[in-house]
Amino acid sequence: MEFEFSEKGKAEIERLIEIYPSKEAVIIPALHIGQNENGWVSNEVCMTISELLDIPAAKIEGVASFYTMFSRKPKGKYWLMVCKNISCSIMGSEHIINYLEQLLRIKVGETTKDQLFTLDVVECLGSCGTAPVMMINDKYYENLNEPKIEQIINELREKG
Amino acid sequence: MNSGKKDKMEKVLLKNIDKPNSYNIETYMSSGGYKAIEKALKEYSPDQIIDIVKKSNLRGRGGAGFPTGVKWSFMPKKSDKPKYLICNADEGEPGTFKDRILLELDPHMLIEGMIISAFAIGARYSFIYIRGEFMLGGKRCETAIQEAKEKGFLGENILESGFNHEIYVHYGAGAYICGEETSLMNSLEGKRGYPRIRPPFPAAYGVFGNPTTVNNVETLANVPHIIEKGVDWYLSIGPEKNNGPKLLSVSGPVKKPGVYEVPMGIPLRKVIFDLCGGMLSGKILKAIIPGGSSTPMLTMDDLDVHMDFDSLAKAGSMLGSGGVIVIDDSFCIVRAVKILTDFYKHESCGQCTPCREGLGWLKRIMDRIENGEGREEDLDLLLDICKDIEGHTICPLADAAIPPIRSSIEKFRDEYLYHIREKECMI
Repeated sequence: MEFEFSEKGKAEIERLIEIYPSKEAVIIPALHIGQNENGWVSNEVCMTISELLDIPAAKIEGVASFYTMFSRKPKGKYWLMVCKNISCSIMGSEHIINYLEQLLRIKVGETTKDQLFTLDVVECLGSCGTAPVMMINDKYYENLNEPKIEQIINELREKG
Repeated sequence: MNSGKKDKMEKVLLKNIDKPNSYNIETYMSSGGYKAIEKALKEYSPDQIIDIVKKSNLRGRGGAGFPTGVKWSFMPKKSDKPKYLICNADEGEPGTFKDRILLELDPHMLIEGMIISAFAIGARYSFIYIRGEFMLGGKRCETAIQEAKEKGFLGENILESGFNHEIYVHYGAGAYICGEETSLMNSLEGKRGYPRIRPPFPAAYGVFGNPTTVNNVETLANVPHIIEKGVDWYLSIGPEKNNGPKLLSVSGPVKKPGVYEVPMGIPLRKVIFDLCGGMLSGKILKAIIPGGSSTPMLTMDDLDVHMDFDSLAKAGSMLGSGGVIVIDDSFCIVRAVKILTDFYKHESCGQCTPCREGLGWLKRIMDRIENGEGREEDLDLLLDICKDIEGHTICPLADAAIPPIRSSIEKFRDEYLYHIREKECMI
């Protein structure tokens, strides 16, 4: 599927090209913008960035594939990232992950049929004092327990 | 030994965070913020500031504890290329969440520290390299930079000193390795986050090939206070060569987990049982990882250790990032170490064979012990592989995977043996 940046996205990339001493340094900010606008980093996103920055698409792809925040697969509207590192595990993240699998009827790594939720586990989110923790898109949800999760999921389902 | 009195101090780094809109410039200035920059730029030369910071014994708060003033003095005095300061806000060491508090709740303290530090090393530009997940902290920093600019603390000819400086926020994208300074610089340049071979060191050839200093958020936030209140005040906090306030991130089953500001050298017992209110009811303390996931585990026997760089080193561990992870007796040590080994394996960038292959091997052994398929000789095998990995890689990531394994086999061997012999968890 074709991808074009929005006017705002394009203007932001042009602003960044002026700031950084090299065009290469704009790759990661541009990938963030691309993922925000397209929902995930498709080959077409890489191609469009390649044209804008005049850098080979293979190089853009090479950078995108190194960083876990860039998804090379389509994601649901809400991307749930549950921390599985040590402090969250001590405070019960395994249970949280199981509960989410049950509630969403998907396994870790999968997306619901309605394309609303993708469930993933991630490494430390830097919020260990309020464990267990997950991120949904760019927002933190802390001190998780079953009722809280149910409420969050219900609210997001209603919002659609 | 520290007296009880020395364990208390007035808040320094966290003094503003409970105020409403603590992240606004008005709040920061109403508590004396941006006075240090005036003093620094008008009363001192860059060399004098480096000297003050050297004398204060400020040591890097990112984990290594290297003297900050000494690091600054590595920067060339004269340079044809622009010099850079980078604030390392890629907080990712499991168990550490202190920088996030400063970024979200007091970004101006960081920015004032960055301007003074940049003046000291002669940096024309700064970047705050912040982990991509810290969107709120990043946005707060961007707003704070704008506010500081409007007040004339950033931009051209700051406070008519002739010093020009700009700060930019750059978001990472989810890679623990980018907290390592040379990997961070590659990432900032738009590359895969592969650590670089040193030499050349960043002060000679850093980001975009220019002289660069990389400092942690908490380190930089100390700088305005040292300038404002002086070296003697700073030296009055904490034991010799380990001076100043320290942010500890405490996580695990304690009553009040969170970020605490303490004077360096506070006893660990006091942190867990006084500040954090002790263990949650029904939980019994078993192990403590005192300085972030890569530091050797301590046990109940070590509770009287003092939380500073040198005391923890003497006790066989490290202060690291000050991320205190508390483990209770209902959590299996083998599982804890398996989780950490998985983490380091996942975050290996794959450049060096001992890290890429060695951590994979360690992970497979940890997995089989956890799954009840381990063999008794696996413990010696784990230790052997650790020895072969250690010191044989470009960056310290692989070395960081070793302390949890080594210290747990030494201190909790019985839990490993139970897993191996009984093919199940002791707990």
